[in-house]
Amino acid sequence: MNAKQQSLQELQQIKQMMERSSKFISLSGLSGISAGICALAGAWFASQKIHCWQYGDCQFGDLINDTDRKVQNEVLLIAILTFVAALATSFFFTFLRSKKTGIPLFGTTTIRLLWNIAIPLVAGAFFLIRSMQLDQYELITPGCLIFYGLALVNASKYTLGEIRFLGYGQIILGIINLWFIGNWVIFWVAGFGVLHIIYGIVMWYKYERVSRINNDTND
Amino acid sequence: MIQMINPIEKLNKTFDSRVRLGIMSTLMVNDKINFNDLKELIAVTDGNLASHIKSLEESGYIKVNKGFVGRKTNTTYAVTKAGEKAFQQHLGALEKMIKAMK
Repeated sequence: MNAKQQSLQELQQIKQMMERSSKFISLSGLSGISAGICALAGAWFASQKIHCWQYGDCQFGDLINDTDRKVQNEVLLIAILTFVAALATSFFFTFLRSKKTGIPLFGTTTIRLLWNIAIPLVAGAFFLIRSMQLDQYELITPGCLIFYGLALVNASKYTLGEIRFLGYGQIILGIINLWFIGNWVIFWVAGFGVLHIIYGIVMWYKYERVSRINNDTND
Repeated sequence: MIQMINPIEKLNKTFDSRVRLGIMSTLMVNDKINFNDLKELIAVTDGNLASHIKSLEESGYIKVNKGFVGRKTNTTYAVTKAGEKAFQQHLGALEKMIKAMK
C-alpha cells in the first residue's frame, strides 16, 4: 500500500510541476468577482448618465443641457475608470493569491499569458476606436464582449483552463447583442458583470476554498 | 503483493529524486527553460539544482544551451529525445504499479 501511495504522490508531483511551469495558476476567483462588481458599478453610472441626458429625469440637473460631445466624453471616462478599477482590483486579489501559493507573480508563464490576452484585446481596441470615430457607438458593447471573449479563450491555454467557458459566454452574448443593439446595458451587465461574478465564485469555490481547508488540516 | 511481477525494475533510478523529477516534468511541457526559472519552480539551492542538472545531462536526458540575452549569459535547458522516452517509460511504470496494487 505504501508503494502505491508513493507512486501516486510522485505522479501528483509530476502533474503539479507540469502545471506550475507551463501555466499561470495564481489567477484568483476573487479577481473575477471584483471585476464583475466594477463592471456593474460602471454600467450603472453610465446608464444613469445616458438616461439622464436622453430624458432629463434625474438629479444631475445640469446634465440636460450638456452637449452630445460632453456626454460621450463622460461615458468614455466612466468606461476607462471602470476598466482601471477592474484591472487594479483583480490584480490585487491575484497578487494575494500568488503570495499564498508561493508562486512568483512575474515569470515566463505570466508574460506568455499577458501576451496572449493582449493580441485579441489590442486588435479589438483598434476596431472599437475606429467604430467610435465613425459614430458606430452601437458596436461598442458587442465588440467589447466578442473581443474580450476571444482573449479569454486564447488565454485559457496559459492559465486555469476553465476561463475558456467564461470566454465562450462573452462571445455568445456579444454576438446576440449585435441583433439587440438598443439593449446594450443588459448585455454589458450580463457579460462583464454577472458572468464574471459567477465565474469568480465557481473558481474560488473549486480551488481556493479547498486549498484553505488543506492548509488548515496541515497546520 | 507477493504474486505480482515487480514493476519497480522498470522505474528509472535517475528520476528517483524530487529535484530530478521536477526538472524533467518541467522540461516535458516547456520547449526550454532557464536556470533561474527552474530554481524558482523547484525551490532548491543553486548548487543542488546544478548537481542534479549535471547528472541528467550526463545521462543524456537533457541538453544545455548556453547563449546570451544582450550581454548577460543565459543558459537554457531542454529535454532530449532519449530523455523524453525515458520519462514516459517512467510514467508508464508508475501507472502500472498503481494498477497492479488495486
